[in-house]
Order: sequence, then structure tokens, then C-alpha cells
Amino acid sequence: MIDRHPWLDALAHAVLIAGVLLVAFPVYVAVIASTHGPNDFMSGLVPLLPGSDTIANYRSMLTDGLSSSGAPPLGGMLWNSLVMALCVAFGKIAISILSAYAIVYFRFPFRAVAFWMIFVTLMLPVEVRIVPTFKVVADLGLLDSYAGLTVPLIASATATFLFRQFFLTVPEELMEAARIDGAGPLKFFRDILLPLSRTNIAALFVILFIYGWNQYLWPMMVTTKSSHYTIVMGIKRMSDVADALPQWNVVMTTVVLALLPPVIVVVGMQRLFVKGLIETEK
Amino acid sequence: MQTKRTVFGNRLLPYAFLFPQLAVTVIFFLWPAGQAVIQSFQREDAFGLSTTWVGLANYADLLHDPTYLNSLKVTAIFAPAVTLLSVGLGLVFAVCLDRLVRGSRIYAALLVWPYAVAPAVAGIMWWFLFNPSIGLLPYLLAAVGYRWDHSLQPTDAMILVVIAASWKQVSYNFLFFMAGLQAIPKSMIEAAAIDGAGPVKRFFTIVFPLLSPTTFFLAVINLVYAMFDTFPVIHATTGGNPAQSTNILVYKVFVDGFIGLNLGSSAAQSVVLMAIVVTLTVIQFKWVERKVNY
Repeated sequence: MIDRHPWLDALAHAVLIAGVLLVAFPVYVAVIASTHGPNDFMSGLVPLLPGSDTIANYRSMLTDGLSSSGAPPLGGMLWNSLVMALCVAFGKIAISILSAYAIVYFRFPFRAVAFWMIFVTLMLPVEVRIVPTFKVVADLGLLDSYAGLTVPLIASATATFLFRQFFLTVPEELMEAARIDGAGPLKFFRDILLPLSRTNIAALFVILFIYGWNQYLWPMMVTTKSSHYTIVMGIKRMSDVADALPQWNVVMTTVVLALLPPVIVVVGMQRLFVKGLIETEK
Repeated sequence: MQTKRTVFGNRLLPYAFLFPQLAVTVIFFLWPAGQAVIQSFQREDAFGLSTTWVGLANYADLLHDPTYLNSLKVTAIFAPAVTLLSVGLGLVFAVCLDRLVRGSRIYAALLVWPYAVAPAVAGIMWWFLFNPSIGLLPYLLAAVGYRWDHSLQPTDAMILVVIAASWKQVSYNFLFFMAGLQAIPKSMIEAAAIDGAGPVKRFFTIVFPLLSPTTFFLAVINLVYAMFDTFPVIHATTGGNPAQSTNILVYKVFVDGFIGLNLGSSAAQSVVLMAIVVTLTVIQFKWVERKVNY
């Protein structure tokens, strides 16, 4: 503290409290809406205090879904989202750490070509090449499968760069010592590099889990049957109905269930999350 | 390109390690992107039975297509608005937090979690808050005499999607500004304080200029976010309407290609978007290199 300005400190507190409230407000309203029965949304104003239908809403959505709009129970959708988020996160980490290892610890023809090919994936978000990518997945027969949901998303330039940067900082002596002791590339990777990368893997996992969980366009394209719907894309189907026939309570129940898991991950692993976020962008 | 001083001599192993990544890249990234480029020079007949080469006709058509030009205009409003709002708020929160000694960790924890919320979910929540018949915000606006209706008023719809898209991004910008502020040497601020510069003057003459690399980086990242990752916000709320007023480029590619089945035009739009992303990514990497060599 350089100079004291009590009024500036007060202002800072005021701005931050306003910010916290602003950020939390939509979620508060969603949570409140998920505790009310359907009749509270027919007219007037959305309720701002908790209602008494919490258990009924969550139980019926988790086990029965919304039959009027053909939406399946949320339990299955949550499961699909979890499978997708975990497969995307672990898939990206696995193939990226291997390619970074190849690029940093080996010298071979076409190394630069491989590096640039991986770099390209950074530039081509699925949104801009959606039609031809969909066609490839359809031709491979991967529609309505977990493979179709996850495999096309697991190439990762950011994760590869992160591991590459990290490997470059690992002291040369470690590998030289390992080689003198007779460790081959596989043993060195498994017994030395992998344990050293633990924090990076964990930080990356937090970011990639959120990325996988929050996918919207891709699951919407590759799933035609409700058995493979993920929860984030499933909300849209319910809210479409909601406009014709207000079912805001169950839509908001779905919203709360869809945002809770990634938020828990971020809150529970805040330090790793910040590390992962800041390092993947370097 | 860097490697280690000593490397493993194995010849096949590196290819085996790279294979999964490259296979996914080629099959799901390069091949479809190439297809998009090829299709952008072709046109299919109405039944999809034959395709003919049309050269640059698809691109030329885009330039004369009022809906595409409108979409460009919409994106040119939407993306900078989201960037300005979310970077601005992120900076304000970070600067306020940087002043405080006590409570800063609690505030930080309470400000970062929205990053985890999916854009589609954020869109639905704000859509609910702004619901013209029962939403809270239209109710408050009505009290000051404004009749909010984003299903009819283009401006209202634009405001809705800008807020919904910016909301979760504030936390991201906040975190990067926090890191940027912590990197500013305290001695510099102290020197200015001794010379008699007050907190406001110090911010504009020292802190903000020293944050400019962070600000520039965030501007690029947020433009990319607003142009490409906000698809779910639009799709889950306005669907590009009313009267095309929120039909941003990336949403239009989807609508034309998947719903309109106008493959040639959609492919040409994809290629234009790819060119934009590549440009922005190159700018961003140039900046990163400059920072490293500084």
C-alpha cells in the first residue's frame, strides 16, 4: 500500500461487490426458477424467492425427462456429457503429450511438417468447417456414437504446445543420466517425464474437461437419437418447447444441472484452473 | 525448431508417437478444410446430382448477397461490442482487486467461476431474464418506460446476445489482467507516488500502458471468441433473428450449409472465416514472439 485513499478502497469494494452480484445474478434466478412449480411462470414476474417444488422438479427431470418435447431423462444426458468430457480431456492429453515427446526428444525427417500440421488445428475451429467435417463423420459411420462425439475433437495444438514448452524446460541432464543408466525412450517417458508432468496434466485436465462438457454444436450435429444427447445441447430442445408452453421451471432445472459439474471442477481446483488457463494461452 | 542437446536415436518411435495426433488432424481437420475449399469453387444442382466448377462465382455471389453483407455488418457490431464489454469489465474488476489487501482471494474466487458455464447455458439464462412477458429485466425497464422485446426489436436482440456472450468472458479477462497487474514492478508505482502522482494519474500513465500487451492479447482472443465460440449463444436464443439482426457469420455458415443446404455458398463462407481466424492467429503469435524477444 503506497498511499491511503479510504474512499478509493471503498469504491473498489463497491465495484467488486457489484461485479460479484452481476455475475451471480443470472444463476441465482435460474436456481430459484428450478425450485418452483410450472404455474408460477404463467404471468407476472419470475419468482425471486425459493419455492417448494425443488425435489419434484429435479426428481422428475432426472428420471423421466420432459415427455411432451421428447426429451429423455437428464440422468442419461448427464452421463453422456461426463463420458464426452472425460474422453475429450484424457484423449487430448494422451495424444498431445505423446506428440510433444516425439517433437522434443527425437530428431527425424518431417519433424517441422508434423509440427505445423498440428499447429493448423489451432486455426480451424469446428464451427468454420462444420459441413465437411460432419460429412466425414457420417461417412465413417460414427453418428450417434461416443467415438463420433469425442474422437474428432481430440486433436489439440494448445495441449501439444504446452507440453512442448514444458519439456524444453526439463533439464538436459535428466535424460543424459537416464540414458547412461540404460533407460530407453519408453522407460524415460514413463518413469521420469510423465511424473514430472503431473501438475501440467492436472491443470490441462481442468480446462479440457470444461471444454468437453460445454460442447454444443458438435454433439448437436452428430447425435440424432436421444440416447446420445449431452445435457448442454439438450437444453435447447427443451427451451424450444418452453416458448410455446412455459415450462421454465424444468428448463432452469436442466440449466442448473448442466452448469453445476464444470463450475464445481473450477471452484474445487481453482489453482490448477488458473494455471491451466494462463499457460495454455502462452 | 528446438530439441534437446541429446536425442533418442530410435527411427520409428517418433512416428508412432505422432500418429494418433496426425491421424485425427488429417481426417477431421485438414481433409474437411480442404473439402470446404474445393466446394467453395463448385456448385451443386438442385437435386445434388451433379456438381460443376464455377470458379470464384460463390465468392462473388457473397459480395452481392444482401443477407451476407448484413451478416458481416452484424458481426462487425457484435464482436467488438462483446470484446469491449468483457475486456473493459475484466480490467475494472482486476484494477479494483489489485488495490485491496484484504478479501482479494474471496473476490477472485467469486468472479472466476462463470468461465466454466457453457455459452449455450449462459444464453438461455439471460434469455430467461430478458423474457418479454415474465422476465425480470423487462419488468424493470418497463418501470422507466422502455418496452423491451427482443423477439421484435433488432436492437434489443443485439443487446441480449452481447450481454449473454460477454457475461462468461469477463472472468477470463479478469484473470489475465490480474496476472498482468502482478507483473508490474511495485518500485515503478512507488516512484510515481513519491513524485506526487495520485492513483488515477498513476493508472493512466503507468499501469495502463504497461498492461497494453495484455490488453492487446485479450482483444485478439476475445474477437476470436466473439466471432466463433458464440455460435451456441445465438443458436440457443435468437436464432439470428429478428430480421437477421443477430445473424453473425459463423451462424450463417451453419444455417446456409445445414438448413439451407446451399453447400457452395456455405463452403465459400467457411473459407472466408478460416482466412479471418488464420489472420487473427498469426497476429496473436507475432505478438507472442515479440513479447518473448523483448
